[in-house]
Amino acid sequence: MALEYDLLNENVKKCQYAVRGELYLRASELQKEGKKIIFTNVGNPHALGQKPLTFPRQVVALCQAPFLLDDPNVGMLFPADAIARAKHYLSLTSGGLGAYSDSRGLPGVRKEVAEFIQRRDGYPSDPELIFLTDGASKGVMQILNCVIRGEGDGILVPVPQYPLYSATISLLGGSLVPYYLDESENWGLDVNNLRQSVAQARSQGISVRAMVIINPGNPTGQCLSEANLKEILKFCYNEKLVLLGDEVYQQNIYQDERPFISSKKVLMDMGSPFSKGVQLVSFHTVSKGYWGECGQRGGYFEMTNFPPRVVEEIYKVASIALSPNVSAQIFMGLMVSPPKPGDISYDQFARESKGILESLRRRAKIMTDGFNSCKNVVCNFTEGAMYSFPQIRLPPGALQAAKQAGKVPDVFYCLKLLEATGISTVPGSGFGQKEGVFHLRTTILPAEEEMPEIMDSFKKFNDEFMAQYENGFGYSRM
Amino acid sequence: MRRFVIGQAKNLIDQTRRRCCQPHHHNNLRLLSLLRPSASDSTTVSSPRLFSSSSSSSSSDMPGSDSSSSSLPVTLDSINPKVLKCEYAVRGEIVSIAQRLQDDLKINKDAYPFDEIIYCNIGNPQSLGQQPITFFREVLALCSHTALLDESATHGLFSSDSIDRAWKILDQIPGKATGAYSHSQGIKGLRDAIAAGIEARDGFPADPNDIFMTDGASPGVHMMMQLLISSEKDGILCPIPQYPLYSASIALHGGSLVPYYLDEASGWGLEISELKKQLEDAKSKGITVRALAVINPGNPTGQVLSEENQRDIVDFCKKEGLVLLADEVYQENVYVPDKKFHSFKKVARSMGYGEKDISLVSFQSISKGYYGECGKRGGYMEVTGFTSDVREQIYKVASVNLCSNISGQILASLVMSPPKPGDDSYDSYIAEKEGILSSLATRAKTLEEALNKLEGVTCNRAEGAMYLFPCINLPQKAIAAAEAAKTAPDAFYCKRLLNATGIVVVPGSGFRQVPGTWHFRCTILPQEDKIPAIVNRLTEFHKSFMDEFRD
Repeated sequence: MALEYDLLNENVKKCQYAVRGELYLRASELQKEGKKIIFTNVGNPHALGQKPLTFPRQVVALCQAPFLLDDPNVGMLFPADAIARAKHYLSLTSGGLGAYSDSRGLPGVRKEVAEFIQRRDGYPSDPELIFLTDGASKGVMQILNCVIRGEGDGILVPVPQYPLYSATISLLGGSLVPYYLDESENWGLDVNNLRQSVAQARSQGISVRAMVIINPGNPTGQCLSEANLKEILKFCYNEKLVLLGDEVYQQNIYQDERPFISSKKVLMDMGSPFSKGVQLVSFHTVSKGYWGECGQRGGYFEMTNFPPRVVEEIYKVASIALSPNVSAQIFMGLMVSPPKPGDISYDQFARESKGILESLRRRAKIMTDGFNSCKNVVCNFTEGAMYSFPQIRLPPGALQAAKQAGKVPDVFYCLKLLEATGISTVPGSGFGQKEGVFHLRTTILPAEEEMPEIMDSFKKFNDEFMAQYENGFGYSRM
Repeated sequence: MRRFVIGQAKNLIDQTRRRCCQPHHHNNLRLLSLLRPSASDSTTVSSPRLFSSSSSSSSSDMPGSDSSSSSLPVTLDSINPKVLKCEYAVRGEIVSIAQRLQDDLKINKDAYPFDEIIYCNIGNPQSLGQQPITFFREVLALCSHTALLDESATHGLFSSDSIDRAWKILDQIPGKATGAYSHSQGIKGLRDAIAAGIEARDGFPADPNDIFMTDGASPGVHMMMQLLISSEKDGILCPIPQYPLYSASIALHGGSLVPYYLDEASGWGLEISELKKQLEDAKSKGITVRALAVINPGNPTGQVLSEENQRDIVDFCKKEGLVLLADEVYQENVYVPDKKFHSFKKVARSMGYGEKDISLVSFQSISKGYYGECGKRGGYMEVTGFTSDVREQIYKVASVNLCSNISGQILASLVMSPPKPGDDSYDSYIAEKEGILSSLATRAKTLEEALNKLEGVTCNRAEGAMYLFPCINLPQKAIAAAEAAKTAPDAFYCKRLLNATGIVVVPGSGFRQVPGTWHFRCTILPQEDKIPAIVNRLTEFHKSFMDEFRD
């Protein structure tokens, strides 16, 4: 055999990606056996019944079949503004959806993205510093690929974190430098904690090069305050770190105290020397928000304070992949320039998007409350993003049973949950957590009408689980 | 950024090397393929650093200009050196110049002896006017906006089999959700269709679990390189000339490209003796060769391998324990009656070799063929002959990126299961397909003949793929002029060609070539009605070039 496991790149073997790990595979097996599975392991709204927004789908369908635009009956199936928009986007391409675009994405769409950023932040944005990507993940990989030279390079990553970061750092052979979010402070980010992490990494000879923040948080759902973002940016300035701002959940906000504020805006507000001294890359996607168009693989990143030569290197690497897929680029264009009041499709678009966001807000509450009503479960409120990340306080009996089964305790718990209820979650160990503390991540995406039943079935399982392991092997007998 | 690129391009053309503003050893790794002396072997080439530190490199409103960038965490000095090292000429300097010309052409129409830029640098058929296959796009439109399927008016605008097919595809997608992430290998039902298509093509079974769907073929190649390469001690045998995806991906992953030369004299033949020689040579340098990359039909060289040759290659890989990376993205692009595409999997199976005998990865893309759907970024790799623990690792790496885009996945399944006789769309599908393929064959022939008529130019026939790769015997005077301009001679020729005719081609040095020989790659993709004008312009240019430089 030409390719033995032993000969594989060690970095590949080291890489972990729990979102599609053991639990997901087991859930897929059970599904094949005919069991009803509620997939709450991936932030994948359409898979759980969320309907796509109508207007963007109309536009993209027309772009897919441009000959429809010449058909006199096209108006029977499509509203005039969708037709006009399809013509607009086709005119931005060089040969429709079937031609490679510029490797950075269609210039016309990048311009729309820059205009969106400018409207959002109140500061100019340069389309030449915006690259469209096949989903945000590709962008993160491209940037980390430029930053990481070897294992001596460290990247500060929140723990718990979305495992894209740990997986990519591992694939690229870098070092993950963890900083812990404070669960008791609703997953707050303490800058003192950051300092300690950096000092410790440096004492081990690691050159810390970049810092990742996920705002709103994944899996932790917290929204960072402006003051907190300022501290972070100052910290990056002082420590010479590139800040990777994962802002893919910027539309997903479920409280009113802390609306989303972009890192770029905070940085620009801070003025000199920070506004010219911190290198920032912000990521966005069509997969999240009320769009949830995961299957399109569309995203962008915007670079701030990157020297032109470095931008050019990033362009070169992007060019090896030729171009991001063009239909997702159009989705991105539509996301940053949705129908406006007065457009034929505006009312429907507004109704659909508002409906989704309001329902997500209600679901976030149902879920947090549901978890908090369970025995040995505590859960911070999902302020934003799409996830709930309850802490599961496992009794010693459960820890022992997990050990006997050869499983990490939270994996053990999640597998039992899956077998008993069909709810497919991701164990907290896949995201990183403090030692001896256990969590699981669910999305808040199951349909609202199914939510009470899901939480009931979770509670029933959990409370029985806790009773079993506390009574059978609990503290009293140890 | 564009202003920067333009400024830089100008500098690169006009200026000689200058002192680097930030002395650092990484600077020397900044290789600019088009400007370095031709580097035909795999050893590291030291290249002059040709960046200027002039003010044209940044606009005034751009934060972080180079002069103040030394305090920033990521600068050219501290970027991953593997990034600096990799090269990708298909979208390199010549293309930047062409884009600048195109912009300027809109304003200064009369300043140029041509009225449009013709991009023959990249296999991007639909950007040059090739129309998509109607049936495929009908299905995609219906899957993009599934509410159409409930409208009666839809039957007036779409073919009946496209509606049936859209339903069939949606039924294979859990919840009919085309906006959801799929299985990381791709939607199972679509992989079933692809496996059935492979079976029909090869006459040997294919397993849908062996299929990994990807955003174009390139990510699949990257994934395999990531798996195979741990350090520069790991080598990958690559054809020279080669499509620079391979050299770039190997450089990004920090491995060693082990070159094997295709024999231009025998129509870019692949000699086993050359493979053996290069393998031994690599071994003697302490490099473990892990895989052999074969591009069939060839890019940029356009040859179609004979079945006998393929059998020898399979045996070579089996004997030497190499993974065979078979780039078969041009499998539908064969233009000569005496050649036929055979997949390496079919060849291996017909030799009696099964899963345990050879590790084989076959790459396919929806960007090529008669469909040419580049912008969709669809493709797959069929992975056979790997142990389950290795397969799990491939799956894991695929899962980090979640999944490939769904419309690309749908299109990949359509390409492998097009309309059948009796279907509503069959006749129009066949007419469109054959129209495109026969026109490509005509264009290939016309261009090849025209090139062969040029003084000092020889061009092998394009048996397949989308490219011609003529050899230009450049006069010494032209080589000297190129040297004076600090440009590789073939890049010098290509820039002259661009400036005189608006035709964009890629210098052979971007693909590597036998030292001392000069080539360029030209696609056969401009629409047929444009070919005569291209031939005329090219012929005229070449004549005046030779008149200027003939020894």
